[in-house]
Amino acid sequence: MIELKGVTKSFGSQTVLNGVNLEIPEGMITAVIGPSGEGKSVLLKHMIGLMRPESGSVVVDGEEITGLGRSGLNRVREKFGMLFQNAALFDSLTVFENVAFPLQEKTSLSDAEIAQRVRDALLQVGLSGVDAKYPDQLSGGMKKRVGLARALLMNPRIILFDEPTTGLDPVICRAIHQMIKQTHSRFGYTAVVVSHEIPEIFDISDRVAVLYRGGIIQSGTPEEIRNSTDPAVRQFISGSLEGPIQPI
Amino acid sequence: MTYLLATLGAWTLARLAEMGRMTNFILYAAYICARSPGHPRHILKQISFIGARSTLVIVLTAGFTGMVLALQGYYTLTKFGSEGMLGVAVSLSLIRELGPVLSALMVTGRAGSAIAAEIGIMRITEQIDALETMALEPFKYLVAPKLIASVLALPLLCAIFDVIGIWGGYLVGVKLLGVNPGAYFGEMENSVQWKDLYSGMVKSVCFGVIIAWVCCYKGYYAGHGAEGVSRATTTAVVMSSVLILIWDYFITSVLL
Repeated sequence: MIELKGVTKSFGSQTVLNGVNLEIPEGMITAVIGPSGEGKSVLLKHMIGLMRPESGSVVVDGEEITGLGRSGLNRVREKFGMLFQNAALFDSLTVFENVAFPLQEKTSLSDAEIAQRVRDALLQVGLSGVDAKYPDQLSGGMKKRVGLARALLMNPRIILFDEPTTGLDPVICRAIHQMIKQTHSRFGYTAVVVSHEIPEIFDISDRVAVLYRGGIIQSGTPEEIRNSTDPAVRQFISGSLEGPIQPI
Repeated sequence: MTYLLATLGAWTLARLAEMGRMTNFILYAAYICARSPGHPRHILKQISFIGARSTLVIVLTAGFTGMVLALQGYYTLTKFGSEGMLGVAVSLSLIRELGPVLSALMVTGRAGSAIAAEIGIMRITEQIDALETMALEPFKYLVAPKLIASVLALPLLCAIFDVIGIWGGYLVGVKLLGVNPGAYFGEMENSVQWKDLYSGMVKSVCFGVIIAWVCCYKGYYAGHGAEGVSRATTTAVVMSSVLILIWDYFITSVLL
């Protein structure tokens, strides 16, 4: 469904992605893991066309998106939802207005229908009674859930999760993971989850890809990654200070 | 020497690239304004923010500008025995020049900085990326309403500035310095022509475009973190103010 072929991206003299090849299978949850600063979020932004690679290509449903203009990209983005690292809620809008925003702008539903769908979406992520609050009145976990509700609302076929549990306590972190798993089972979307939560992320993923030094050094089932013999993969999943990954 | 030339070349290329980006930005913004300018409530909200909420500062600035113009004008005109022309001097200075320029500079300081900061914060908190991932056009929500509101609000603020400034001049000239009120308004009526008003309004519309253009652009391409937003806000205000003054010279030389 999503295929990255030889994707290269640099910022100034620093090459972040160096010929990345990755396939995201349809209908599955694929986790992208790897040390901080290795370009996982950059990789995610290439999948939805927020960034363009210097070389290589990104193919979504058989369509090469790297050369598309604004209207072409918007057409492809209709298939996507995205949950950002900091939820990226519109800070001048209430929770209700945030979740309702895509419906108000892209559909001709009546106000009553929109209100019903927003309430349903918020209930799906375990939120009620927060409609009138502003994002800065919510906890980190609540913001993520509002972001997830907004991402789910248009029934996208693909949802990208950019570190959905960063900065949350272990209980909320597990709750968010379960929410991703449950909504995935219910709606059957394709999910790409960038995460540092090892080993919890293995419990909800069907596939795992490890990004290190600008490339995917291994991808496979969670079990294959757990049993990897690659020293960098072993060091990352064990959290050891000894190994090829320099902690600082 | 080679290093100096290379640095100069890199600087020049960077400036040219920036000018190209800015030109693309305003052309695309104009296209979005023509095609789908956004919901009227977004435009009204911006008219309220840029226009209505600037009224107090415009009234204060205009009043004191008119008063000081009357003081300075009276001092100069009495040397030639022409204090009866005070109304003409105050009104023409305000309508042709000070009204559009000072109201634009006040709006830049009050609303332009806020526009750059608001869009800059949306950029660094990925709110603009969020709009794009929803397949929505960020220009429709962030740039077009501000551009339209700025173009509509600036001439109105300029008109308020002119009227209040003329009354400020009247207070000082007639009530304080004893100029004949009939002469103050009578000479004004004889001397101020349609082309003077037209020139001031054309300037205001141009300044409205400059403020929205520069401030939205700087916010839209703000750098990283709080420092990036701070730099975007500062450069937006400085660049808008300088462009207003430069453009003022060119329009004046064409419309004079």
